[in-house]
Amino acid sequence: MNVLNKTLEIRTSPHLKSAVSTDQIMMHVVIALVPTTLFAIYAFGLAALLILSVTTFTAILTEHIYCRLNNKETTITDWSAAITGLLLGLTLPPALPLWMAALGSVASIALVKLLFGGLGYNIFNPALGGRAILQAAFPVAITTWHPAFLADRFSSIPSSSFAWPFTTGTYDAVAGATPLGNMKFNQVSTDVTDMAMGLTSGSVGETSAVLILLGGAYLVARNMMNWKIPVVIFITVAILSGIVNFFNPNTPTPMFMLLSGGMMLGAVFMATDMVSSPVTDRGIIAYSVIIGIMVTVIRLWGGLPEGMMYAVLMGNAVSPLLNRSLKSRVYGTGKKGGAK
Amino acid sequence: MTTVVAKKTFDHGVHPPTFKDGTVKREIRQFPFAKVLIIALSQHLGAPAKAIVREGQEVQRGEKIAESGGFVSVTMHAPVSGIIKKIGWAPSLNGKMVNSIFLEPFPASGQTIEPSTPCDVDTASADEIIAAIQEAGIVGLGGAAFPTHVKLKIPEDKSIDTLIINGVECEPYLTTDHRVMLEQQDDIFMGIRYILKATGAQRAIIGIEANKPDAIISLREKIPAGLPITVEAVKVKYPQGAEKMLITALLGREVPSGGLPADCGSVVVNVATTAEIGRLLPMGRGIIERSITITGPGVEKIGNYLIPIGTPLRYALEQAGLKKNATRVILGGPMMGFTVSSLDVPITKGTSGLLVLTDHESQLTIRKEYACIGCGYCLDACPIFLNPSRMGRLAKFEQYDAMEKEYNLMDCFECGSCSYVCPSNIPLVHYFRVSKGIIRDKKASA
Repeated sequence: MNVLNKTLEIRTSPHLKSAVSTDQIMMHVVIALVPTTLFAIYAFGLAALLILSVTTFTAILTEHIYCRLNNKETTITDWSAAITGLLLGLTLPPALPLWMAALGSVASIALVKLLFGGLGYNIFNPALGGRAILQAAFPVAITTWHPAFLADRFSSIPSSSFAWPFTTGTYDAVAGATPLGNMKFNQVSTDVTDMAMGLTSGSVGETSAVLILLGGAYLVARNMMNWKIPVVIFITVAILSGIVNFFNPNTPTPMFMLLSGGMMLGAVFMATDMVSSPVTDRGIIAYSVIIGIMVTVIRLWGGLPEGMMYAVLMGNAVSPLLNRSLKSRVYGTGKKGGAK
Repeated sequence: MTTVVAKKTFDHGVHPPTFKDGTVKREIRQFPFAKVLIIALSQHLGAPAKAIVREGQEVQRGEKIAESGGFVSVTMHAPVSGIIKKIGWAPSLNGKMVNSIFLEPFPASGQTIEPSTPCDVDTASADEIIAAIQEAGIVGLGGAAFPTHVKLKIPEDKSIDTLIINGVECEPYLTTDHRVMLEQQDDIFMGIRYILKATGAQRAIIGIEANKPDAIISLREKIPAGLPITVEAVKVKYPQGAEKMLITALLGREVPSGGLPADCGSVVVNVATTAEIGRLLPMGRGIIERSITITGPGVEKIGNYLIPIGTPLRYALEQAGLKKNATRVILGGPMMGFTVSSLDVPITKGTSGLLVLTDHESQLTIRKEYACIGCGYCLDACPIFLNPSRMGRLAKFEQYDAMEKEYNLMDCFECGSCSYVCPSNIPLVHYFRVSKGIIRDKKASA
């Protein structure tokens, strides 16, 4: 009866555990970004490959060094640094000088994520926070676009990519105005099918709406993304821009609004970031409506052609407040409590 | 097997694997007597019972050996004919030592039960039935071990219309209630007659999870003519067996926060408890044994056994056979059960299952803990719509006031769904259990 005399394990219930873990969720987010990433490299060639490699690698390295400096076990194995690096890269213009991209990655991880306490404690989405810092620091470089599907995209690299640190470098081809830029400054619309398929210019990974939605569907099927967030954002934007477009046909159509710029990437992969979005049901709806309103307002009446980044960051900022003020009704309280 | 379609359920909850196949076909079998039985005097919620025997005294099987120590307390009976060795301290499930009666069975006695005063369902008044239930030592056999007669004593200012018999058994691994529903149907219906009379309820609903179609169908067929009983299937979901969730699923009502089922016109009694009432009261006997599922990957001979109250776990596991890699011994089911620290702890009236896990299963729950990533899984799991994510953070910073007043901590009934789904492996329900204890202590000392 040796077994009966061995030391028993004392644990609190439950003694069962559902299989999915935090690092697995993060890993699946990376998997969901693979189609978008591959298409970005296909559309923009070596420039995209370089910028995505630089942002991802720098993000992971920054997190690793930070942990080492603080004598903590490295946290890069939870995949979240890789997501931040990859997402940041996907939001940048393809020919952005690589030193700027690397700096953005360091800012994302160090300033926006780790200084707040690391995974789970950051208020703002790290990738968007880092991008906002780049936008403030290098407003010209970050709005200088590069044409997609250049014939030599797999053999040559834009000279601006290798600009020396603290210089902007020279741009080879000053073309590739984005659909949003064309709309804002030239009042020229772009074919909706082109935008859906990703045949236009823009940030590295924002151009193919179809592939972004595919990645989102992959995560929703695994219950690793809250589908309500993108859906409510899309509905809000469609309704608002539809009303405005009805009274002023010169403004973009709802379809154009949804398929252009960072709308898809932002709504599907940024706004749904678990850490920086609310957790309560009503909070999530309010958050998504706020983002939808903000992006429409910035795009239609603001000075910038794109507003997705600021809209999501604004949503992030109010998330804690929404969690607190829009709780679910607890069982047995309120109207139904005691109802016979 | 025929299937039963169920529509009734509650919102939220989780779907753990059920692990019931191993024991569900095994009939309840009589268990042998251990060398010494340890009958704890406080094995129910409320005041401990008072021993009315002395050391060295001989007792007969079924004889009363302790009387209730107040209204919220029940009687104890000798599970076996034997001699009282001593009355003293013995370890209990929560680690505390409790006063207990040590009873050594006679080696070859007949083990017949002496006749006693029966309680007749047709002639007894409601109060007489309630007194008889207390005298029979009946407590909630589902696990809570709350004295049943207290529950059935409906306060003057309230009335109930529906008696709910809880045959859900949503805890994975456990099949004892399922077996009782197949093997003791007459007892269940008799028990319902007693409880209907005691509470004044007009009808009874037996609620059973749809994964027990054989129990649902055969109980439905056997309902005695003239009794206002229906059998309802509910969806398979944890924690459907919680009182509040079952009331909501069957009646669409909510038990008010801080209130009792009687506040929304119902009372819920576990099906095995009901069967005991129906079996014991007509003969005027008390609970001396109960059926328990002994199961889990760490057990050789899994099955359902009728085990004398007071059997030490060590003896029960010797009989059932432990595998070498067994690591965790759990009283109850895997979702809400407690690990035992000592095998000298005896089986009590509230023990519904004895589950033994091995290294393999326990490794699955000992995972790396991450910070909360705000995935919201716990909010979608919580059957009473709390915010475990937020409360977990507050608990870490000892913000008990905020947990109680802003986040309704005290409504948590510790089902563990939040911990079950948490991808960051944060021991949420453990935090809440501890926090509730601290809040209660604070109030008690204030």
